[in-house]
Formats: sequence, structure tokens, C-alpha cells
Amino acid sequence: MKYVDEYRDPEAAQQYLAAIRGIVTRPWTIMEICGGQTHSIVKYGIDELLPNEITLAHGPGCPVCVTPVEVIDKALQIAAQPNVIFCSFGDMLRVPGSIHPANANGSDLFSVKAAGGDVRIVYSPMDAVKIAQQNPDKRVVFFAVGFETTAPANAMSVHYAKQNRVSNYSVLVSHVLVPPAMEAILASPTNCVQGFLAAGHVCTVMGYTEYQPIAAKYRVPIVVTGFEPLDLLQGIYMCLLQLEQGRCEVENQYSRSVRREGNQPAQQLVAKVFRVVNRKWRGIGEISHSGLGLTADYADFDAELRFGLSQYRAQEDSECISGLIMQGAKKPQACTAYDNRCTPDHPLGAPMVSSEGACAAYYRYRRLRNKNLVEGSGV
Amino acid sequence: MHELLEGLLLPSFGNEALLERHDGATLNISGAKLAFTTDSYVVRPLFFPGGDIGTLAIHGTVNDLAMCGARPLYLSLALILEEGLPMETLRRVVESMRASAAVANVQLVTGDTKVVDQGKGDGIFINTAGIGAIEHGISISPRNVRPGDAILLSGDIGRHGIAIMATREGLSFENAIASDCATLWEPVKALLDAGVEVHCLRDLTRGGLSSALIEIAESAGVRCAINEAGIRVREEVAGACEVLGLDPLYLANEGRFVAFVPEQEAERAVVILRNVDVSSEATCLGQVVNGPAGLVTLRTQLGTERMVDMLSGEQLPRIC
Repeated sequence: MKYVDEYRDPEAAQQYLAAIRGIVTRPWTIMEICGGQTHSIVKYGIDELLPNEITLAHGPGCPVCVTPVEVIDKALQIAAQPNVIFCSFGDMLRVPGSIHPANANGSDLFSVKAAGGDVRIVYSPMDAVKIAQQNPDKRVVFFAVGFETTAPANAMSVHYAKQNRVSNYSVLVSHVLVPPAMEAILASPTNCVQGFLAAGHVCTVMGYTEYQPIAAKYRVPIVVTGFEPLDLLQGIYMCLLQLEQGRCEVENQYSRSVRREGNQPAQQLVAKVFRVVNRKWRGIGEISHSGLGLTADYADFDAELRFGLSQYRAQEDSECISGLIMQGAKKPQACTAYDNRCTPDHPLGAPMVSSEGACAAYYRYRRLRNKNLVEGSGV
Repeated sequence: MHELLEGLLLPSFGNEALLERHDGATLNISGAKLAFTTDSYVVRPLFFPGGDIGTLAIHGTVNDLAMCGARPLYLSLALILEEGLPMETLRRVVESMRASAAVANVQLVTGDTKVVDQGKGDGIFINTAGIGAIEHGISISPRNVRPGDAILLSGDIGRHGIAIMATREGLSFENAIASDCATLWEPVKALLDAGVEVHCLRDLTRGGLSSALIEIAESAGVRCAINEAGIRVREEVAGACEVLGLDPLYLANEGRFVAFVPEQEAERAVVILRNVDVSSEATCLGQVVNGPAGLVTLRTQLGTERMVDMLSGEQLPRIC
């Protein structure tokens, strides 16, 4: 398939691996930001092809994983109400909320749906607006989560609803931003990350100038990288070359999609509809100026205000170490609950159910192999 | 579904035929060797590119018989109709069933019709059961799968799953993707007529290639080691999967199967399959190796190896 097959070519992969082996002289830890990159790495076994000197740390870029449990609880409460159609990207439906008295219908959106709630999977927030227009007697809520990648489409849905007076449409917002999370990781006293593969899709929207101050301040190379195996190998090579040469610049591997200035009309729309706010990240905690909320002009479309949901702090399972996993400090197998008390059918934390979660990637592609082959009889 | 079968149904009804965990039961009745199977069809939308609920109801049951190595002969048909279903819709479905039965050379010999109140059904539910004749001396069952067997795949995967999803969700692609819905008796007959010692057959329906292989690996107590290079996916299906974040290994098929044959028969069997239209793109997918039981591993084109897992629930489109 065009634009895919050529980025999975085995011979070209071997050439990049040889180039990587040719320049590495000492141990380095490189973090891939995006959960999509993590899944590609684990699915294709890219980390296993790399020389031992290179450790890949999996980053916080899984939108499902970082959505705070309190927001999941709010989604569950709204979705269970009568005359509500709750629309969401499919990935959010299996994410567990907290054990909270308000969640009488169960702990995820699938359970709410099974108990009779009208929960619908949509592919675009504009589909949710359409559902609102087709059902004027219902309150239609879209679960607006994600990084900078999904923000423009979510902003567009709110902007369109305001322009066209779709007054029964609202959004439950939990948007997060990548650069503040990178800074939080780098500022941590236990940080071990020496270079970053920035998320190609996020930078397609935002460009990469906002990463330059981070590279300079913390003296880390940042390479904007795509998602296919060859993208990742080339991104790792570029990052490694900078590390070995003592450089700390922002470079763009994913130039077939990313421009320096990004998609400016999309950025303008996001800036019109959203403002930067402090946000809590599930498992990590609050990070200053790390999220988006609706601006005053669009506050009428805020589902939290419309449904009058109260703020509270939820208890999470204390055994789940998703915060450490998403900051690259631990690998999923290091969790005592992994593959016993925490599985995709009975998750303790979101990284086990999200298609971009690191725990799900290890569970799906390596679980039995690690147990039976690597430690046992060998492949 | 897997848990329901293992946890409730098998313990309740376990008998020799059922515990084979095959697509149909193989029965000896007064000296005749017969295959017997049943399947219910609930699909939304009722019509999709490449077929409809009627074609599925015929081909699905015919294929379950074919997977027992049985020549499909007779089907029963039970219709559960929701009140208010347009007569024209029913006529179209019945016409599809007539045409599919003619292609598969089977007769509908008994049936039943029930009508349920509006809102209590999804237009039409169909159940078909089928009887086929086993006219060869080979035992075709997961328990005959053994280390060393070659695993053959009859063609490209994922078309039915994408066709249904695109119609259901109103997704439009440049070229409409049609379901692969087809009868599989012809390629199975070709293998048997040529005297290939078929150990096991399994059609790839819901759960896709991955579920079929995992189920057989579990039943046979072996590991299936497959190669990514042996998996064909049409470009438009691969494109839809990329956009939606779906893995073709888990997509439903209605006209594809895997065959387990002795290693030395693999090459000949692939040639035989390629001479039949519905399996003209057959490939050698991999090999059965010693345990761990139930494990399926895939060698990627990059040369690494990963496991292929049973899906937890439905595949969900990703966020970005």
C-alpha cells in the first residue's frame, strides 16, 4: 500500500539498524512520546532489534490513559441520564472509572450502555453534532479528549454548533498538551530520558517551534517522528546522532506530514474555542498549563456546566503504577498487577485497555511469549 | 463467547461430538457418516456490498459443513421476523438465499417462521441448520493437528469486516469494499478429491484469522507459528484499517479458511487451492510447532516475532 509498505521495508530497516549500530558508543535512553509509536515499536519488535545500548522509554502520549478518572466518572454520570445521547471515540468505552456511588450503572461506558444508556461510538465529533441536529429533543454530549491532534476537530464541532445554534450539543472536555508534560518529565529529579521522539500527528497540527525552548533549556535532542517502523528507526538514528555528537536540536523526521509552523488555520480555530488551563493527568497529577478548556465565548457548550456536576477527588487503585509507566520510569512487566489482577478484561488502569496504552501493547504482543518462550524453551 | 462456551455450554452438554470443538458435529448414523451444524444470523445492516443476511445464512452453514469435510446436502431455515418488516425486504433476502443455495447445490428441506412484536427484533433473524455427507475416510478435526503441519490460508483477509463496518457506520471509501462471502465446499472438495491428507479445516468468521488459529492451537495443544509475508490484505482493506486503527487479523471473513496439512503436502495443496476461484490467492501461512499450547506467534516482515492475542471484546476505532 502506498505510503505504508515503503515504510515497512525489511531491507531499509536493516540499513538503518546497521547505521544505528555504527554510531552508538554508550548507553542512551530515548523516549517516544506517543502511544501510537509505542504500539508500533512493540508490535514490530523495534526495541528488540536495537543495540543493547539504546533503551526506549514509553511516554505519556496516550490520550485515553491520561484522562483523569474524575472525568471518566463524569462521563459515566452524564451517559446514564435519561434523554442523553453520549458520543465518544470508541477507545474511551472500556476505560474504568472509579468506584463512586454516582456510578451506579457500572464502571465503564460499555456498562452504562449495557444498562440502557444511549452511548454511541462516533468517528468524528462532527458526527455527534449531526446526531444532535437529528435529535432535537435529546441532549447530545461529545467526550472531547485527546492531545493537540484531536483539538481542531473538537473545536470545529463546538464552533459549528454555536454558528448553527445547535443548542442541545455540548462537550465534556479533557484536552491535554504535549510540551508541558515533556517539561514535567525533564524537571523530575528521577528523570532518565536523554532524548525524545516527538509525536508526528501532534506536530502536524502544532508544528515544532514550541519544542525549541525545551530542547535548549534541558539540553535534549527532540526529533519529530512518524509511526511506521522505518519512521521510528530513522527518528531513533537522528536522535542518537545528536546525542553522540553532543547536539540538542529539534529535527523533523516526519517531513512528509509535518511543517515547521504546523497547520495554522487549525491552530487559529483551537485558539478561538479553547484556552490553556491547568489539567490533572491520570496517574501523574496536575501539570500547570497542560490542558485546554472552553473559552468564555463557548462556555455554553461545556457539558460540566450544563449538567452541574460537582468536583471531587476520586480514589484510584493503589497497585496501578500507570503514572510511572507513562513517564518512562517503569515497564509494564514491572507492575505487580500486570497479567494477573490487571488484564484487558479487568483493567485496574487505562493503559491496559487503550489501543495506545503501553500495558495493552505488552499484554497483546508479548505476554505469553515472555512467559513461555523467553524465560522457557526459547523461540 | 469463548468463556461462555468453555464455562457454561461445554460443561452442561459435553459429549464426544461437542467436545471436538469443531464447526460442526461428525456423526455416525446407521452406517452413514454425516456432519451436522447450525448457525444463527443477526447482522446489521441486512444488506451490504457483496451480500446480505440471506447469503450469509446459506454460505455460513454450508461452510461449517465444508469445514468438517462434508458435502453440504440439506438445510433447514428458521426466520424470526419483526412486525412491520417490509415484504420487499423479505423477498430480497429470500431471493438471495435461493441463489446462494443454488450455487452451493444444497436444498432447503424444512423450516419455520415466527413473527415478534415491533421493537423486539432487528428486522430479520435467521437460523439455518445443515446436514452433509462425509464421503472420505479422513478425520478432519483440531485434534489431528500436529507439530510439523503446514498452515494454509485460502486468500486475502478482512473484506467482510470492513464491508459491514463501512455500511453500518456510513463510511465511504473511494472504492466500495465488497464482502468475500462465498461457499467454501469447492476448494475443500478439490483438496479431498486430490487425496490431500487434510488434518483440520476452519473457516475464518467473527474474530478473524487470529481467533481461528488460537482456538485450534488451544484444542490441539500446539503453537501456530505464522509469517506476516503469508497474509494478504487488499489495498483498500489495508487502507481502511490504517485509517480506523484496526488490525486485519481480527476482521471477520465469510469466504476464507485455514487448512492444516502435512508439511510434505503443503506445496501441492496450495497449487490445488489456487486452481479454484474462491481460493485462487491461497498461501502457505506458517507451521505448527511444539507448544506452548494455544499460542500463536507471528514473524513480522522485519524478522521479529510477536504473539497474536485473542481479542478482548470488539475492535474499537482509535482516537487519533
